[in-house]
Amino acid sequence: MLECVPEGASGHTTGKINPAKTCQPIGAMYAALGIHGCLPHSHGSQGCCAYHRMHLTRHFRDPVLASSSSFTEGTSVFGGAANLKTSIKNVFQIYNPEIMAVHTTCLSETIGDDIPNILKQAEIPEGKIVIHVNTPSYQGSHITGFSGMVKAMVSYLAQSDGGEKKDQLNVIPGFVNPGDMREIHRIVSELGVKLIMFPDTSDVLDSPLTSKYEMYPEGGATIAEIRDSANSSATIALGAFASNDAADLLQEKFGVTGIPLKLPIGLKATDDFLMAIKDWFGVTVPKSLAVERGQVIDTLIDTHFHYQGKTVAIFGDPDHVIALTEFALTMGMVPKYILTGTPGKQFDVEIQKLLKDARIEGSKVKAEGDLFELHQWIKEEKVDLIIGTTYGKYIARAEDIPLVRVGFPVIDRAVHPLMPVVGYRGCLRLIEQISNALLERRDRDCLDEDYELIL
Amino acid sequence: MEECCVQKAGLDACISERQNSISSGGKNKTAIHCADDSLAGSVSQRACVFCGARVVLNPVTDAVHLVHGPIGCATYTWDIRGSLSSGSEMYRNSFSSDMKEHDVVFGGEKKLVACIDEIVEKYHPPAIFVYATCVSGMIGDDIIAVSKAASSRHSIEVIPVESSGFISGNKVVGYRAAAVALMKLIIPKNGETVQKTRKLNFLGEYNLGGETWLIQRYLAEMGIEINVAFTGDSTVAALKQAPGACLNIVQCTGSMHWVAANLEKEFETPFMSVNFFGAENTADSLRRIAAFYDDPEIYRCTEALIAREMDRIRPIIQRYRKKLTGKRAAIYVGGAYKAVAIIRQLKELGMEIVLTGTQTGKKEEYDDISGMLDENAVVIDDANPAELEKFLLEKRVDVMAGGVKERALAFKLGIGFVDHNHDRKECLAGFDGAVTFAHEVYVTTCSPVWKQLKRTLAPEVC
Repeated sequence: MLECVPEGASGHTTGKINPAKTCQPIGAMYAALGIHGCLPHSHGSQGCCAYHRMHLTRHFRDPVLASSSSFTEGTSVFGGAANLKTSIKNVFQIYNPEIMAVHTTCLSETIGDDIPNILKQAEIPEGKIVIHVNTPSYQGSHITGFSGMVKAMVSYLAQSDGGEKKDQLNVIPGFVNPGDMREIHRIVSELGVKLIMFPDTSDVLDSPLTSKYEMYPEGGATIAEIRDSANSSATIALGAFASNDAADLLQEKFGVTGIPLKLPIGLKATDDFLMAIKDWFGVTVPKSLAVERGQVIDTLIDTHFHYQGKTVAIFGDPDHVIALTEFALTMGMVPKYILTGTPGKQFDVEIQKLLKDARIEGSKVKAEGDLFELHQWIKEEKVDLIIGTTYGKYIARAEDIPLVRVGFPVIDRAVHPLMPVVGYRGCLRLIEQISNALLERRDRDCLDEDYELIL
Repeated sequence: MEECCVQKAGLDACISERQNSISSGGKNKTAIHCADDSLAGSVSQRACVFCGARVVLNPVTDAVHLVHGPIGCATYTWDIRGSLSSGSEMYRNSFSSDMKEHDVVFGGEKKLVACIDEIVEKYHPPAIFVYATCVSGMIGDDIIAVSKAASSRHSIEVIPVESSGFISGNKVVGYRAAAVALMKLIIPKNGETVQKTRKLNFLGEYNLGGETWLIQRYLAEMGIEINVAFTGDSTVAALKQAPGACLNIVQCTGSMHWVAANLEKEFETPFMSVNFFGAENTADSLRRIAAFYDDPEIYRCTEALIAREMDRIRPIIQRYRKKLTGKRAAIYVGGAYKAVAIIRQLKELGMEIVLTGTQTGKKEEYDDISGMLDENAVVIDDANPAELEKFLLEKRVDVMAGGVKERALAFKLGIGFVDHNHDRKECLAGFDGAVTFAHEVYVTTCSPVWKQLKRTLAPEVC
């Protein structure tokens, strides 16, 4: 493990070594799973579909179903139209979903398959729906693919009924776990506001075991809900990278006011989320949520000396990293290296602003970076803690630094997808994880005479 | 008559076109259709050529594995196997040329060249495997020419792997692409020769959970040395010594039969199939290896080893057998050789095999499988989850052996699961592996957690 990055400040200029992102289609697939009764469909080679399903299954530890156009060499010569038409016929005949969400792959994009045109010619059974998004893997990242599929939900499904806007809220939750989506549901319902959230993978990828396998589990935003999103009075887009595009389209097409916010990870971002709803709908924040907030502050005060001033490297998906950086600053930690694999100038702008406001200097920030680079930074100057996905474990071991696992994917620890990191409860969980990681390290490293019962 | 109809109805595929891909156990059945392409629109458990090539070559520990394509293919295959290394950890890093739109439009060769140059400069690896993906294949990047030029420029092996995903949805085709790449590495160049030795090569062995090392210990005890394993815990230098073996033993035939045949053609090295999954298979394989060497001392050591190990594990296996007798098992794995091995082992544990399927089995292999099963058992090629679910429930399966996608399905249905995939972490080979396997089957089949399934807070819902 120690050799994974050579010594010295060499950097690398081309390609990726140990990537901090993956390709668009998996994001589109995950988003599509958040529609009730939906079968995601991968228009490309079989391997893509198999890899995406496997990767999602490893993270969520639940079955993930998706069909594939099963391209062959012939398809690649003659184009994928026939395969997609056959797929549509087979999918509805055999798996009978309510809706099929097609995403492309680098192969079908390179061939140049014109999906809208193919869909026009395809025989789609009465009452069934096919939506699509172009997700060339050679652009953006899995977050871009997620964003694209959510936007496709709006462009295909949302429909204004022409009347007044309804007293209801759209939330686009971003590429977060089903446990997070469940928590967002709970918070909004405590505020007494009617919610349409899409996509929504709670009760899809965190469904209970009943010994009966449901191909289309209970959860997911229904088509009717997504349709009705055009009639809501506002859309809260959580996380600019994953959610803004869909919210913008709702505003542009149907005049639904878009409210872009950070992912509600951490105290301030959660406050902002609650206040936005409070201000827009004129509701009062119930005591239950005020109590939760108070508990977070109480805990921060009880534990601040465990982590204050500690340096931290944060990497992962941009919306997560931005919110986590903000929370690390709230906790008094020093975010030293902040990196995402997803491209986008906005990342740098947002992070720099957070750092400047906190008067932190000398941190390294990078979008579209990889873990080789992060490792080199850490080799140059160590940090006390890493926050990121499972892929951080190589650096954590090589440099002997504790790793707190947050984001996607977490494929070496269970239960993560069920436990929220959003909201006030999410704050408590993060504080627990971060301070425990540092305390475990202290217990492990200290001399016998410094080994304390009470910390 | 009626029963016959019921049985037939029970074998109905969910997709009528797939009817011929499902058959039943017993001898003299109609031939199963296999190695067909998967239907467009089906939820297949199969993957692609790239996937096949990647799993075969990935365990070459000190090589750089550079994936030439957009990022996904590299991310999903980053450190995917439980193949252990006794030395370099280079293979556990993920290198990608990370093709962008610009590269797709104007060609990715330039970027590939830059990546190779940078990797050589930073890591000085003895070899770089350059994997083609869908896009690089589609736009016609000439990875062969790029590799050849880079080889001579840097005086290291840069080996192209022609693994564009669209070539086939069958991993076996990818195994071949990997095999071709391996042969390129192995065949001596510039008139060099490799001295023949009394050592053997171990083909189709990936050192999952240290399996190569275990077999190496057995062979050492018999007085036989492993020259190099393909590809578990192998190095570029060791692979180049492959022609020096006097025998090739082949475990995973799907991935390595072609290599063995070519090594025989090129270097007159004979080969034999072996199988170290299960105690009986292990003993049988060790005896056949001993017979090849035909040396009284080797015979004596082999028998002593087998007797000692069998005596050691027999009572342990018996204990598990008591718990597992009569339990019903299903198998769905990648290759047929593995399916056959698991059938034997589960039978040794007294279990009934009610369903067996593979992603890539061949007709003769399915004949073998059917021959090992009784008539009520289902045999299936390239199953989709709906079919698996149907048969798992219908056949009241207690435990399933399979890979990562089957695990989630089995658990959701309340069925035990044992991992026999290429990414597992446990050593399941040899005598020790037989015990580990029995233990794993026991743990998941007889877990107290299944009792909780029968309890419920809302009886009216049931």
